[in-house]
Order: sequence, then structure tokens, then C-alpha cells
Amino acid sequence: MNNLNVSVDLPQAPVGSLASVPAGPPKITVRDLNFYYGQSKALKSINLTLGLNRVTAFIGPSGCGKSTLLRIFNRMYDLYPGQRAEGQVLLDKSNILDPKLDLNLLRARVGMVFQKPTPFPMTIYENIAFGVRLYEKISKSEMDDRVEKALRGGALWEEVKDKLNASGLSLSGGQQQRLCIARTVAVRPEVILFDEPCSALDPISTAKIEELISELKEDYTIAIVTHNMQQAARVSDETAFMYLGELVEFDSTSKIFTSPSDRRTQDYITGRFG
Amino acid sequence: MTTLADNAPAINPIYSRRRRTNIIVRGLCIAAALFGVTWLALILFTLFWNGLTGLSLQVFTEMTPPPGSTTGGLLNAIVGSLLMTVIGVGIGAPLGMLAGTFMAEYGRHERLTSVVRFINDILLSAPSIIIGLFIYGAVVVPMGSFSAIAGALALAVIVIPVVVRTTEDMLLLVPNPLREAASALGLPRSLVIRRIAYRAARAGIITGILLGTARVAGETAPLLFTALSNQFWSLDLTKTMANLPVTINNFVQSPYEYWKQLAWAGALIITLAVLALNIGARILGAERTSK
Repeated sequence: MNNLNVSVDLPQAPVGSLASVPAGPPKITVRDLNFYYGQSKALKSINLTLGLNRVTAFIGPSGCGKSTLLRIFNRMYDLYPGQRAEGQVLLDKSNILDPKLDLNLLRARVGMVFQKPTPFPMTIYENIAFGVRLYEKISKSEMDDRVEKALRGGALWEEVKDKLNASGLSLSGGQQQRLCIARTVAVRPEVILFDEPCSALDPISTAKIEELISELKEDYTIAIVTHNMQQAARVSDETAFMYLGELVEFDSTSKIFTSPSDRRTQDYITGRFG
Repeated sequence: MTTLADNAPAINPIYSRRRRTNIIVRGLCIAAALFGVTWLALILFTLFWNGLTGLSLQVFTEMTPPPGSTTGGLLNAIVGSLLMTVIGVGIGAPLGMLAGTFMAEYGRHERLTSVVRFINDILLSAPSIIIGLFIYGAVVVPMGSFSAIAGALALAVIVIPVVVRTTEDMLLLVPNPLREAASALGLPRSLVIRRIAYRAARAGIITGILLGTARVAGETAPLLFTALSNQFWSLDLTKTMANLPVTINNFVQSPYEYWKQLAWAGALIITLAVLALNIGARILGAERTSK
């Protein structure tokens, strides 16, 4: 118990270097981040680092701020008035909280997959091609390649290759979610955010998506919010436990699930609350 | 063998009373429904009975006849009605869509939106004769004459609130995660609306425009004060123009048998057109809900 306080005394792990857990280069660095919904403070002095090409899971009880944090990485909160963030979030070297930042370019670099599958009301092919056309002008045959590649990347190609002109809405829930992943991959982002991507899916679809996340790690930096602790344990390299808007503990996934430093983390992962 | 249902009323007075009440209330509901439908059926029957006898090819090929004549049709009135309705919807629908888009997309959290919505609801239920008088004062008097364009403008004012309302409602039905997903791909707001939200709400918005068209197709009062009517063929928007509703109104009050017959035929034509628009809207609506 209280390992956290002990480790603070060690020279190689000063306060705030909770952030320095992942081995290898950082992709996103969060420094002293506070977030407000109107007057209420939803995130309190968050510090952490998402490692390049690593999967970072965010766990914690409902309302702990994990989705809020995820939605800062692509400034999704900007769509709504009254929400604001303070502090620093560095994507490589640039601060994404900079008000002058071009949000559309940011979102092209930081893709997002949502809790409920959100296929666009158009064909499967168009669902993929649509995002690509926003930033690139390519020929029909190149686009065909690109769509196929993206659908393969989303582990959906074999199931839909004969009905690319069917509506995206005609697919099953799990297929729709993989279509959304393929769509996100198609615009070639650097980071992919997953906001409880499996909570609306059955176990088989969930397994497919988890497998996919492990494959995507090769090329992308991944952050995933999940309510499912087994899922966090299965797919992630690092895990952050959040509670009441604070980052309680951030460490390698094996450490969090086998010997957490904080009592609250231990209580949560053993199912004593949350 | 007796079942529970056979037994129950006899042995349970509370249940048997509830059953009696149910029978009475159900009877009243059916009677009320029949009462309403009967009048509608009578109106439609009379309309078809009288309208079909007056309906002939010359109704669609000849101009409105002078008093006392026993030949002639409604061609100028039909074309005039079509023209003014198309121009009216052509002006009203885009304006209504833009306003509805502002309310549902850009200004969802703004006070202006609730003010506009309130005023729009008043406009939606404003008597059309008031709108006719408004255009009379705003357009006819300054121009110095009745004109088709004034008629079209009056119809546009009636179409606008219908389209504003449906556009806003239909866009509000588009789930927010869909907008977020589109934004998350890096789409600018205008494209999220044009390519995603409009697409998802398309059937509903078109339904609204069709219903707005049906609403103005039979309007008489606003045209009485604006386009007036014209016995002759005219496509000049700055002059008076023949139209079905006012022609029906004039002909039906006349002593001439042939005029009355034409009025019935005109009424039938409008009713069938409105019916077609409503069925079209229904079909589109069914497509929407099936998704």
C-alpha cells in the first residue's frame, strides 16, 4: 500500500512523472490538464503520456472523466458551448489546445471511433471514400484500392466485398462498427481514439474488434476508453485508472492489474466499487 | 368446460363494471370516428359526382369561358396555379430550409432560435387571409396593381413556416453521434450539415416541402388580394393571373350552369393534386421510418 507515495521519493520518479511510464517515444503528452463543463470541473490536473504505437486504456467508474479526456485529444468538446480545457496537450510537439489550431486538420490526424456504430447514410463504399476525398484527389481505381485496403484494415472486406453498394446501415452492429474503424483508418490518421467501441456489441463482434485493435497498434497510437476491465487487460499496454476527475494511477497494464499502487485502483479492479 | 374469461364477469362485479365501461367507451370512439369520416366521405363523394361530370379534355385545353358560354376550360387557371405554386414554393422552401438549418445546427443553443421558433409557430397558424392582406399592403399597393408575383409571394409566406418547422424537427432527429463521427473525420461544419445531416434528414425535409406545397395549392384567400384572377391566358408575372382557387370561387357563385360545372371540375383537380402530394409525402415518410 501507498507505493505511490514511496515511489515519489525515488529520484527517477519525481511528482508528475506518472506521465513517463511508457517505454519509447511519446505521441501525446498531457500536462496539468483541467477541464470544465460550464462551472463544474470534470478533470483535475491530469498528467500522462500516450506512447507512440502503444495502446493506452482508460478505465474507471461512470462519470470519472475518461470519455471527457478522450474527447479532448481531438477537441470534440469544441462542438459544444460552455466546455473548455486548460493546460497543455501535446501531439508530437504542437499544443492541440491552441485556439488557433485548425480543428479539421487535427481531426484528420486524430481519428475517433464511437460507442454506438455511426455509419453515414450512404453506401459502404461511400462511407470509406467520403473521408478520403476530403483531403485527397485520387482516381477511381486508386480509390477502389484505398477502399479495399481500409476495409481489409477493418477486417470487414471478406464480408462486404460483394455488396459495396449496399447501404452502410444494412450491416449488423458489429459490422457497422468495423466499417467505422475502416473509415477512420482510411484517412490515415496517426492516433485512433476508441470510446467504448464494444459496449453495444455481442461477444463475437467484441473479440473481432479487440483483435483488430491489436493489429492496428503496428501503425497507430491508440487510446481506448472501456468499462470492461478484461478488455483493458487484453488489449492495452498501459492503463490509466481515473476516479472523480482525477488520474489515480497510470502504469503498465500488467502492473495495474496485478499489483496496483493505489488502494482505490485495487478496489476498482477487484470489483469492490464502480 | 368453462374458461376463466367466461366466469370472471359473473363472479367479479368490479371486473364486469370495467367491462361495461370499456364497451361503452369503445362504442363512443367508433361512433365519433364514423361521424368524422362520414362527412369526409360525403364531401369526397359529392366532389367526385359533380366533378367527374364536368371533367373533360377541354377543361385542360381551353381558356376560362366568358359568362353564358357553354364551352371552355380551365387551362389558364391550371397553369396559373402551377406557376404561382412553383414560384411560391421555390422562394419559400429554400428560405425555410435555411432558417430551419440555422435553428437546428448553428444556433441550437442560442436565444434567437427560441424566439424564431415561437414567431414561426404563430406564423404557422396565422389565417391565410391575413397573409394575403399583408402582401396586398406590402407588394400590391406599392406596385400599383394586382400581380402574379404578389400571389406567389403570399404563397411563399405560407410555405416558409411549414418548411422551417419540418426542417428543424427533422435535423433535430439526426443523432448527434453521427455529426460527431463526421466531425471526427475532419469535416468542416458546413460539410457535416450538407453531406451528412441533410442526407440523413432528406426524406423528412422533402416530405415537409411536399406538405407545404399541398397546403398552398388550394389557398384562395391570399390570392384574392394579390393575384386576383384573369379570364385570359397570361404568363406575365406583373399582371393579374388566373388560378384555380379564385376561379372556383368566382364560378361557383355565378348563375351560369357551365361555370358551376367547371368549378366542380377545378375543385376535383385541386383535391386530386393535393391527394397525390400527400401520398407522395407518405411514401417518403415510410421510407424514412423503415431505415
